[in-house]
Amino acid sequence: MQWFLILNISKTLLLARLRQSVIAAVGVTFGITMFITLVSFMTGLNKLLDGLILNRTPHIRLYNEIKPSENQPVNLSLNYADHINIIHSVKPKERPLEIYNSQAIMRSLKEDDRVLGIAPKITAQVFFNVGAIDLNGIINGIDVVVENQLFNFGDYVIKGNLRDLQTVNNSIILGKGAADKMLVDIGDVIQVTTARGERLSLKVVGIFQLGIADVDNVQSYASIQTTQKLLGESNSYVTDIHVKLKDLSLATAMARQYKKLYGIDAVDIQTANAQFETGSSIRNIITYAVSITLLIVAGFGIYNILNMMIYEKMDSIAILKATGFSGRDVKWIFISISLIIGITGGLFGLLFGYILSSIINQIPFVTAALPTVKTFPVNFNPFYYLIGIVFAIITTYIAGFFPARKASKVDPVEIIRGK
Amino acid sequence: MEKLILETKKINKYFHDPVTNQVLQDISFTMKQSEFVSVVGKSGCGKSTLLYILSTMDTDYEGELILDGISMKGKSDEELSRVRNEKIGFVFQFHYLLSEFSVLQNVMMPGLKLARYTKEEVRQNAFERLKSLGIEHLATKRASQISGGEKQRVAIARALINNPLIIMGDEPTGNLDHKNSDTVFDIFHQLASETGQSLLIVTHDRDFSSRTDRIIEMDDGQIVNG
Repeated sequence: MQWFLILNISKTLLLARLRQSVIAAVGVTFGITMFITLVSFMTGLNKLLDGLILNRTPHIRLYNEIKPSENQPVNLSLNYADHINIIHSVKPKERPLEIYNSQAIMRSLKEDDRVLGIAPKITAQVFFNVGAIDLNGIINGIDVVVENQLFNFGDYVIKGNLRDLQTVNNSIILGKGAADKMLVDIGDVIQVTTARGERLSLKVVGIFQLGIADVDNVQSYASIQTTQKLLGESNSYVTDIHVKLKDLSLATAMARQYKKLYGIDAVDIQTANAQFETGSSIRNIITYAVSITLLIVAGFGIYNILNMMIYEKMDSIAILKATGFSGRDVKWIFISISLIIGITGGLFGLLFGYILSSIINQIPFVTAALPTVKTFPVNFNPFYYLIGIVFAIITTYIAGFFPARKASKVDPVEIIRGK
Repeated sequence: MEKLILETKKINKYFHDPVTNQVLQDISFTMKQSEFVSVVGKSGCGKSTLLYILSTMDTDYEGELILDGISMKGKSDEELSRVRNEKIGFVFQFHYLLSEFSVLQNVMMPGLKLARYTKEEVRQNAFERLKSLGIEHLATKRASQISGGEKQRVAIARALINNPLIIMGDEPTGNLDHKNSDTVFDIFHQLASETGQSLLIVTHDRDFSSRTDRIIEMDDGQIVNG
């Protein structure tokens, strides 16, 4: 096959019907533009929304859960092994929240190749004393450097400095909701009472806002040492270990493995936050469905125009065949016409899609819930541009294929005789 | 002995629509190199049908067609296209030029398809053909912008571009006035005598056929004379 010759014939036929060809290409351009814009905006939004929770969520969380023992004594007893044992009103056993041997576990986790990093954590139930009133609260004892590295905590500190948490003794970062309720600002000192009745004064060094009211009203952060001191525990006391993995998809399997290996509870991100994944995938499905619909409409346009062109060009097809072009050559002439329309339209679509999503990226989008976001989020992932052009090529190829096949089957004798 | 260019052995052809009807019956004849043959007969005697079979465009027949010593039986569409491209030159009653292309491009088209020569050589060749037919001044014009007689000469130039063994014509003068018919005949005659190419021309034109080397007369799907 002489591709150059075939492309040349296609080009001439295309140019002879320039206006129709342009209209067909505009259809493709429109489809691809909308696809790029939609997918960039949607995935940008998805990333933002997912990040809101998922960035702050460990991939695997290791902890001790308070729950009744699965193996009650009666079940272990051989005397009752072949009986059906029913025990009413089982209560959980008194069991410390502390992870036993936490230092050794952390050391072995750090050696695991699949692990990106680990962050120890202590959760402590407290009351914030405001005058005569006690407010419920939770203090999370964190390793400041690691927490910022793995979970971008610093992004959410809207006032003050996260690093002060480590350098200032007995310091705390409050949620925005809690700080507003207590009418405190940076530099103020608050009184905290633990569940066991111990009291401590903590200095506010920052205020954070995640944009989730439940978190901002209740949660607060202190350094791990401050929290250990508050609880009167030793410096090896840790209640949670948060693990961030290199590959998120391994989380479920690895959580199961850790649970067995260390004999503690482990929960993975997929199990804990299944709803986010569902939301993202549904938004993606909608985006693709809309774009594919647009492209199919564009495809029908191309199909129509090619069909008309073939009808008009019956004589030319007959003469090409009579002078030595095979059915395959004729088929490729028309498929190349379709592909030229598709590729040209698609490339313009990518360009316009980029321009449109850049414009969206400039539109101000200020919300109290998202302190770090100033404009609409747009995801400029080159992968979507690749998908876009591949979409355009596939749709136009299919749209061109059927008319082209018809053209390839034109019987020159019938045309020449029929005149 | 002169070389046989074309040979048919008992070619039968039926039309099945609306009822089965035999249009060609045991057509057997041969053509030698540089022979100028005309096929004559009444309308509907099957002469055009025969020509389409000989041109390899129609493959729905019984019997055998041998072109340049090679049987055309069972060849694929791709192979037959190649044979048409390389060995057969075509001139039709209606001129069938590609109206989007220039005259020169029309003439070059089969040559580019054959790709035996480079594009530049094909262009040179095509221009020579146009010149020999006295229409080189039309080379850059669009095919839709020239007159009927000129179109037919362009079609002849196109038929000659690959130096085919045989040139087939289906009423090539049927649509032309007397003067243009004469011109076309002279061109054909010159080809047969000078380049040794064979010509097989289906025609109604008694005046035209009487001047050819050999007349094959057909009636009712059979060769009755020649």
